[in-house]
Amino acid sequence: MSAIAKIETPPPMLSVNNIEVVYDEVIQVLRGVTLAVPEGDIVTLLGPNGAGKSTTLKAISGLLRSEYGEVTRGDIHFMGERVDKQFAEEIVRTGMFQVMEGRRIIEDMTSLDNLKLGAYTRNDTQNIARDIEMVYHFFPRLKERTGLAGYLSGGEQQMLAIGRALMARPKMILLDEPSMGLSPLLVKEVFKIIEQINKEQGITILLVEQNANYALRAADYGYIMESGKIVMDGTSEYLLSNEDVKEFYLGGGNEERKSFKNLKSYKRRKRWL
Amino acid sequence: MNFELLTQLIINGLIVGLLYGVVGMCFVLVYKSTQIVNFCQGEFLLIGAWVCWAFLVYLQLPFIVGFLLTLVFMAGFGMLLQMIVLRPMIGEPIISVIMVTIGLSMFFQALMKWIFGVSAESYPKVFSQETFEIFGLRVEAAYLMSTGFALVIMAAFYWFFKYSKQGLAMRATAFDQQVAQSLGISVKRVFAMSWAIAATVSATAGVVIGMVNGVSDSLSVIGIKVFPAVILGGLDSIIGAIVGGLIIGVLENVAEFFDGQYLHWGNLYDIAPFYVLLIILWFKPYGLFGTKDIERI
Repeated sequence: MSAIAKIETPPPMLSVNNIEVVYDEVIQVLRGVTLAVPEGDIVTLLGPNGAGKSTTLKAISGLLRSEYGEVTRGDIHFMGERVDKQFAEEIVRTGMFQVMEGRRIIEDMTSLDNLKLGAYTRNDTQNIARDIEMVYHFFPRLKERTGLAGYLSGGEQQMLAIGRALMARPKMILLDEPSMGLSPLLVKEVFKIIEQINKEQGITILLVEQNANYALRAADYGYIMESGKIVMDGTSEYLLSNEDVKEFYLGGGNEERKSFKNLKSYKRRKRWL
Repeated sequence: MNFELLTQLIINGLIVGLLYGVVGMCFVLVYKSTQIVNFCQGEFLLIGAWVCWAFLVYLQLPFIVGFLLTLVFMAGFGMLLQMIVLRPMIGEPIISVIMVTIGLSMFFQALMKWIFGVSAESYPKVFSQETFEIFGLRVEAAYLMSTGFALVIMAAFYWFFKYSKQGLAMRATAFDQQVAQSLGISVKRVFAMSWAIAATVSATAGVVIGMVNGVSDSLSVIGIKVFPAVILGGLDSIIGAIVGGLIIGVLENVAEFFDGQYLHWGNLYDIAPFYVLLIILWFKPYGLFGTKDIERI
């Protein structure tokens, strides 16, 4: 079941080795997180609020620094290069792009300008127009919306955020809760697009999600985090069929609890920590 | 009522107002991208004017060469100032940063007095013809040049922030620094760049005003005059800075007219903008074009 042993050969595209993260020099958020993302896969990182999922992503992308966080132990390697000492703007140039939680598009610019900014690190200006068309192919709705990005709907803003990431032509995208605040129908659409991007563009994806059901269905492999630690990992088939995962994250569990009478006396069967 | 004088004053006001607008734009640029209220904005004009004067008088360079060298010098100066003095202040309370810029303002005023002396100096003649007649109004050549400069700078700002990659990067940084970093934009470079632009463009205004009035300590007063203009327009609006600059420019000249003709209170020229500022802020606390911010106190 150990993920690390299984994917040691060939070396994974991204490997996070036993990192600890401290905010403001006192608050420890991550307490030894280890995970690996093989090239071409979708790997998902699940867990409750405050488990440290977003912090893990920011540690990888280098954005931690702007929140006064620091990787105090362990190391992060991306495509054979150590990145945990690098600045965020340098890491982007190595081919890793984070789509932050809450979309974070630049609201006082048009969606086209947002897309152009996604290509900020690129020098091949002649291909940018072609890639904008590629993004419009994935998200036809963005083409119609020529106004300020701040006036887009939540779903459209999420699409713009993903489209902006594609404009950087990354090798890997870190996606932080793309389904947050979206209607069930849009959640479905966003996940479909994530799988499409992975297959058609060959982009490796590390996906942080609350919606464990959808995330595991899209992913090849999953990690579960609680209180700053990885508590469980495995292939998505394994996690989907695991009783504990079903109970805590998928809203299922043993059959006998389905009765309304039993629901009242429901107790959480166990914690991992 | 002396209409001819009034028109003349209003036109002067518009010309000077455009320069206020240009300096105001620099102020807004620094405020928007680095969140620093720059109290040494006026000193950029002063330093630029003195440096250009030194190039022209001491080194006897032709005007164009001296002027371009001044711009290069100011770009480097603004960048170094940001990198050495203000970069270590990132993350410090806003009041500390403001105190630092006030300190810088005093330091540079004193430095300029120390190097160039306390008396006003005039620029060597640049134009063969000092004044022009346009529709029967007397306009100084330097003012014509200043209007041209101001309009070119404004057009350049517009283009830069709307279409250029670096301009978009600066706007992104102003909107959300973390997002800018996630896009691969170096926030440090954007900060240095905005100070460099502010210093260079302000120096242009300094040189233009210096050519008309001579170079002296009073140039740094523009830095204070720009305050009502910028606050009037809203601290974070570039268009607001231009409109505010024009309003203040016209206002002080019209106030001067009524003061000279009827009121005889004296010195309304300097005071009037601040009165109007006060009244406008009563009704529109975020300025005419500023964005409303909801803050918890």
